[in-house]
This record gives sequence, structure tokens and C-alpha cells, in this order.
Amino acid sequence: MSGVATETAVTIRVDDQEVAVPEGATILDACNAAGVDTPTICYGPTLTPVNVCRVCVVELDGSRALVPSCSRPAEEGMVVHTDSERVRHSRKMVLEFLATGVDLAQAEEMGQWAEHYGADPDRYVPGGETMNEPVRVQDNLYIRDYDKCVLCYRCVEACGDDAQHTYAISVAGRGFGARISTEFDVTLPDSACVYCGNCVAVCPTNALQFKTEFDLRQAADWRPEDQTVTQTVCSYCGVGCNLELHVQDNQIVKCTSPDDHDVTQGNLCIKGRFGWNYV
Amino acid sequence: MADLHFGDDQPTNSERTAVDAVVPEIDAATVTETERLVRGGRSRRQGLRHLLLPVLHSLQHEIGWISPGGLNCAAERLGVPPAEAYGVATFYELLRTTDPGHKEDVVHVCVDPTCAIAGNGELRASLEASGARVHASPCLGQCERAPAVFVQGVSRPDRVPADDDEDFRLPQAGDTGLRVLRRTGVVDPTSLDSYRQHGGYQALAQAIDMGPDAVIAAVSESGLSGRGGAAFPTGIKWRAVADEPGPDKHVVANCDESEPGTFKDRIVCEHDPFAVIESMTIAGLATGSPHGWIYIRGEYPRATARLEGAIAQARSAGLLGDDVAGSGQRFDIELRRGAGAYICGEETALFNSIEGFRGEPRNKPPFPTTHGLFSQPTAINNPETLINVLDIVTDGPEAYRSVGTERSPGTRLFCLSGRVAVPGLYEVPFGTPLGNLIEMAGGPVGSLAAVLLGGAAGVFVGPDALDMPLSLEDTREAGATLGSGVVTVFDDTVDMQAVVVRIAEFFRDESCGQCVPCRVGTKRQHEVLVELQSSGKALSPRRSELIDDMALAMVDASICGLGHTAASAVRSALALGLIGNSS
Ligand SMILES: Cc1cc2nc3c(=O)[nH]c(=O)nc-3n(C[C@H](O)[C@H](O)[C@H](O)COP(=O)(O)O)c2cc1C
Ligand code: SF4
Ligand code: SF4
Ligand code: SF4
Ligand code: FES
Ligand code: FES
Repeated sequence: MSGVATETAVTIRVDDQEVAVPEGATILDACNAAGVDTPTICYGPTLTPVNVCRVCVVELDGSRALVPSCSRPAEEGMVVHTDSERVRHSRKMVLEFLATGVDLAQAEEMGQWAEHYGADPDRYVPGGETMNEPVRVQDNLYIRDYDKCVLCYRCVEACGDDAQHTYAISVAGRGFGARISTEFDVTLPDSACVYCGNCVAVCPTNALQFKTEFDLRQAADWRPEDQTVTQTVCSYCGVGCNLELHVQDNQIVKCTSPDDHDVTQGNLCIKGRFGWNYV
Repeated sequence: MADLHFGDDQPTNSERTAVDAVVPEIDAATVTETERLVRGGRSRRQGLRHLLLPVLHSLQHEIGWISPGGLNCAAERLGVPPAEAYGVATFYELLRTTDPGHKEDVVHVCVDPTCAIAGNGELRASLEASGARVHASPCLGQCERAPAVFVQGVSRPDRVPADDDEDFRLPQAGDTGLRVLRRTGVVDPTSLDSYRQHGGYQALAQAIDMGPDAVIAAVSESGLSGRGGAAFPTGIKWRAVADEPGPDKHVVANCDESEPGTFKDRIVCEHDPFAVIESMTIAGLATGSPHGWIYIRGEYPRATARLEGAIAQARSAGLLGDDVAGSGQRFDIELRRGAGAYICGEETALFNSIEGFRGEPRNKPPFPTTHGLFSQPTAINNPETLINVLDIVTDGPEAYRSVGTERSPGTRLFCLSGRVAVPGLYEVPFGTPLGNLIEMAGGPVGSLAAVLLGGAAGVFVGPDALDMPLSLEDTREAGATLGSGVVTVFDDTVDMQAVVVRIAEFFRDESCGQCVPCRVGTKRQHEVLVELQSSGKALSPRRSELIDDMALAMVDASICGLGHTAASAVRSALALGLIGNSS
């Protein structure tokens, strides 16, 4: 967590270890400090926690329900269990639930956790409702494939309060019918979107994809193993954003920025993110 | 906030008028500048955003839906991004974002269990045959006069047909043992004078004499606990808010009442609205909160009108405003209407709804007493809880504790409906056995099969539970709950399978969709129950395990009480053998 580090430390117990973390740190920070690997979906290091996916839950002594580690501040003396029967069960169910309705084929990390916890999405009623959304291809920059959307709110946060302050997208609808949407589902070019691509950068499931990647995947020619990443500084203006250019067969196929870069925190504008498209 | 982008869609004149009708109220608004703790802790100014829901109501009412032009106009006037305004509009069942293609009223017919037993199917068919635009609705809070209808007007006032020919009489009218319902059906609910003649506003005068600390001490000593479902001690809540520094604190009356089977708050607000206002005022003075809010469900037009009338009269009489009854303290009340969302009764979802955001619950902690409405300290209570305070102040905590049980002092309102002879609202001391309560309502009709206690979020109990004392401790021990005071009675002619499928459907429809365990869990739970229903077979061990697995994850990992309770009625029905056996 940035900006919260202070001199005071709190000590909490994570499984068998005592760990000290700065005041304001979360239980997740403490788990990380203790070297305990924790699955996360809606959490992003540069985003305000929305604690909606619940895959990061831990058992906290004295709390009736499990608590989301990504948002719960660590407090002195807390005793946390990260691998109890209840924790494993809820994490498994979250991953299993998502897999019953969402296409997670390109969400590698989630797939690994699902295997780890033994999620079995095939045990549900056959023919259950799924996201069932068409791919939205509305421009040459990025596509939206909400069949892959787990409603983690990360894109909404990145477009809104947490980075971009454009508010082009929101969650619309309710319950299982909730979807990420522009107003009245107008196309991106008609919406407030300024194509910064920050939403694409934070999407954990590839529901938001660069058009280049999408096209290559359609052509069965997306080969991350053959890609190289070149670090450079964006030349469009004087801010000095770091760019990572992903290159496949001498073509730039995608552009990211490191989360830990102090200027960008992973965010860019249209020129840095997509400028190479016009080069 | 960056400059907002709006599309090209323009409002019509009538849409612009509908927006104007709400926005000029800015001056009257209690809060003109607000900050919201955005989930993790950021604040941002949201000047007019709290008028978003009223503006959307106004647009819906004007032309029967919220058009792109109307939404743009509303969003621009209030400085809300249109995508977010759309997200809010699509959250509510009473707001439409597709063109219905007509300007006729929408007739909402209740499909929840009590109305299903009472023949809502035939009612619906006959309404449809007459050409009405019928819309299936969850419980409309009129279960005692099932099957229920609510007419949502387009350019005409909303109405509840059953209100027209009602000569209101409480089943217990004349019972001198009544406390909360003492004036209900006796006092003229449209007259402050009549309220005063029946002892109204004596409690406020006494509370001002006693001072805040003594009032809170009396409430604590009385043992009063919340009647909205969670049974939290009211004194502790008020103390916490009173101890918070700063001038901007709030008292909220939660009249969202949408738990299937509950209709008590509607009756109380319709027939004793001044008691709600007076007790809120006491709460405001005791906790040092100048801002009062009533959040009432959108399907209660008469209760809304009566509360608005009571607020206006109290204001004229100096009982609300800058100097409440000469106390030198300020307290005033704003009323907000919900728009068809059970989840907005959850306290933090309710705050988001008032603030103009989607009615999604917040993770707790922090709690409302420190971070409530607009992130400010807030005491939120159910109206039944609040009205109890009047007697506590005038008669003292000891007298209050003279009825009820040691650990559940006082009386409780129960909403009896379903297969009982005299459905209606009953007030009995805590600890009254379930069977006695049902006998008060004329006894069961037919052969008693099961009772649903606490509504959809509650549990079924069988005929062997009639001896159970209705107290917090006894129901807890029996693994049951009193919840919001729902007692729905079923006899052996009722298709319990259909009842349970409907309860599962209710949770599926009403989940806000924010967290995975509840968004997907309520959906899959419904699918399993539909499969069971159509198979006609016994529940397989595999399915039984799945139901338990889903339930545990919803209880353990959901954000709010909706997810926590979404499996409880289902599992109790299975445990009692009401469903799940081969048929
Ligand atoms: C899904 C859900 C719906 C709720 N609906 C209501 C309601 O309609 N009215 C109410 O008073 N409390 C409701 N509650 C409980 C409130 O969150 C809160 O506990 C209550 O208003 C506090 O008032 P009390 O202490 O006087 O009961 C609901 C809770 C949940 C989880
Ligand atoms: S590209 Fe940028 S502006 Fe457009 S939706 Fe994504 S985050 Fe918002
Ligand atoms: S599109 Fe991606 S980032 Fe946005 S909510 Fe869906 S999964 Fe999350
Ligand atoms: S438990 Fe259900 S209603 Fe509550 S926050 Fe989660 S999805 Fe929304
Ligand atoms: S990662 Fe913590 S709730 Fe999603
Ligand atoms: S009004 Fe129909 S069940 Fe309550």
C-alpha cells in the first residue's frame, strides 16, 4: 500500500508466524510479508480495495464471518488463519462459482488457484445461466469480451476515482444480470472513453484486450513465449511515462506500464498506450 | 473530477421539467456538500448527487421510463457521470431504462408466498385480461390483505387500490396493553392536534428536560434492541453516535420494509406517523445529530404522504427545524423514496442509495456509527424500534421492562399472514409462545404444516414449535429467528416446493450482485431447487452436498446479510422434510 507507511508497526499472527507491518497495512500485506501466497481477483496494488470477489478471505479469530484480507486493516494482536477448512472452502467456492458462468480460459492465475483448491464447476445443474455476452469490437484499439468478465470492478475503478477520472463505464443492472456498461450500452466511441487503456491494463481475465492481441488470438497466432519486452520512455510529452513494448515477430502487439513506476502506477494515456498503432 | 462527457441525446421539454421539479430543492436540502468514503477511504465532493434518485423518480413518473435524453439531462444537472447514473437507474425495479412503448400505469402484482396462497394467479390473469400492464413484484408489504397490488402511475399519482375501501381496524383495537400500537387506528394520522390529544409530544418535552445522556441511559437500561432484523442494542448504537465529535451526524429511520411477509412499518407509518417523527427527533437530540432522514420503500404511497404531512405540520409547529421545541437544538427530516430494491433496507446500501450511488452494501467495519450516511456518524433504526423509545422516556426503563422476558424486554410487533383466520398486525410481549400468537389471529386455517419465522431471510419451523416462546434468546436457541417479525402460516394444502423455489428466486432477484458468493450462489441455489421441483424425485446426496457447500460459502464469505441468510429458509425446509422427499 502506498502512502500509508508510518513509523508505527502493528504485529499480527498469520498462521504460525508473527509479522510486523506498518500501521494502515492490510491483512493481505501481512500475508505477503509472511510469505503466505494469497489468491486475489478484485484487488490491485494501485486500486482502492472494493473487496467484492471474496477469494482472498481469511479466518480472523473473534469474527463470525470470514474477512477479506485485501481491505481489512491489520490491527495489533489479530490472529489470522489462511488455510483453515473454512478458508479453503470459501476460496474454492468463489473460484468454482466464477467458472460456472464465466469463460476463464485466459485467466491463468485463477485457473491455477482453482486447481489448487479443487474447484469443480461441473457439479452444477446442466444448462445453468452464464454471462452470455457478444464480444464488443467497436474500434481498432481494444475489445470487450464480457463472457470473460468476473465483475471485479477493477476497470471501473481504473476509469474512475483511482486513475483516469473519466467515468466512462460503470456496473449496471443487478444480481446475476449485473454487467460492466457505458450509459445505455452505447459504443465506446460514443461514450466518454478517451482510450487510455488503463482498464485493459488492470483486467485480470483478458475480458478487455488490445485489438492486436485479439486479432492474433483469433488467428491462433498469439505467442507470448515468442514475445520480447522492451523498456522505453514515452516520447509524446514531457511527463516521462515508462512504457513496456511487447513485441512479437518485430511487431509491437501490446503496451503496458509497470505498476510500481512512480509516475504512471501502471496508467498511461492514449498516446503512450496506443500511439504505436499509428507508427 | 475531470470534465464529464455527455452524449448527444437531448431531453424533451417534459423531461427537463421533471428534472427541474427536483433540482431547485437544493436550498431545502439538508446536505448540500457531501463527502463519501469511497470504499477504501477516499473522499470526493458530491454536491448534488444525493438528488439523483429523486430526479430519476421524477423522470420515470413523467413519461414511464428513463430515456437517454432524460438521463443526460439529470446527469448534467447533478454533475454525475452518465455511465454512473445509468448504473444507478438500472439498479432499481421501479425504474425502467427501456422504452415501454406506452404511457399507461404499471400494475405490480405480488408473487410472494402469502399472495400466491391467496390466489394472485387468478388476480393476475383477470388484470391481464382487462388490458392492464402487469408486472410481477416481490412482496408489496400488504400481506394481511393478500393478494396485493400496487399501481405505479405515469403522470398520475401511484396508488394502492386496497387503500381506497379500507376502514382500518387493528385486530387488537381497544386492547389497553398495547404500547407501540396504542394510538394506531385510534389517532387521526393527519392531525398533529389529534396526536397531541393522545399524549403525543410529551416524550419529546420530557427528553429535552432529561438531556441527552439521561435519555440514552434510559434507552440502554430498557434493554431495547433493534426491530429491523439484527436485534442490536439501541442504547449502544446511540451512545456511540453521541460520542462522535463533529456537527454533521445523522439519524435515519429505515422504512424500506421489504422482507417478504413484513407490513408492520407500513401500518405504523400510515396510522401513527407523528410517533415516527417524534421518536426520530428524540434520537436526533440525544445523539446530537441535526440531520434526520426517512428512507421509505417506493411502493408505500400512503405512508409516504402521511409522513410528509406529519413532517410539514411538525415543522410549522416548531417541533422540527432550527430550534426544536425551544431546546435550542436543530433537527429536521428529509424523506427519500426507494425504488424497488430489497437490498436498500440493508443499512449501508441504504446510505449509498440516498447518496445517489448504486445500493450496494459496504464492507463493515467501519460501522455506521462512525462512517454512515455521507461517511458521517449515523444512528439508523427501524421505526418500530424508534417508537418504543417514547414509552421508555415517559414511563422509565423499569416500567418498560415489566413486560417481556429478562433478556428480551418489552413487546414485539408480529405480521401474521398466510393460512390464519385473521391476518394482521399483532403486538405481544416478547416470550409469548408461537401457538398463542397464532391463536390470537383466530388460529390456523386448515391443518398446520409449517410456519415461516422472520421472512425469506428466516427459517421454517414445524407444528412441534408452537410452544416456542417468541423471545430473542429462545428463538436463537432453537436455531430460528424473529427477524422483522414475520409469521407466515402454511397448511397442508400449500405446495411447499413452490414456496421454497420462490424464496430462492427472491434472493436471486434481489442480490445486488456485488460479491461472488451471493451473486452466483443465489443463482445456482435457485437452479438446483428448480431442478429438484421439476424432477419430482428426492434430493440426491450430491445435490444436498452442493446446497450445503453453497450455503456455507454464502454465510462465510458474502459481504452482507442478504448473502448470509439466502440459504437459511431453504435449508430449514429441507431439514424439516417440507421439500426434498420424492413426491
Ligand atoms: C438484506 C437486508 C435488508 C434489510 N432490510 C431492512 C428493512 O427493510 N428495515 C429495517 O429496519 N432493517 C432492515 N435491515 C437491517 C438493517 O441493516 C439495520 O440493521 C436496521 O435498520 C437497524 O435498525 P434497528 O437496530 O432498529 O433494527 C436489513 C438488513 C439486510 C441485510
Ligand atoms: S480506455 Fe480509459 S477512458 Fe476508456 S473505458 Fe478504459 S479506463 Fe476508461
Ligand atoms: S472487464 Fe475485466 S476488469 Fe472489468 S470487471 Fe470485468 S473482469 Fe474485471
Ligand atoms: S451478499 Fe449479496 S446483496 Fe450483499 S453485498 Fe454481496 S451480492 Fe450484494
Ligand atoms: S481480492 Fe479481496 S475481495 Fe477480491
Ligand atoms: S404483499 Fe404479497 S407476500 Fe407480502
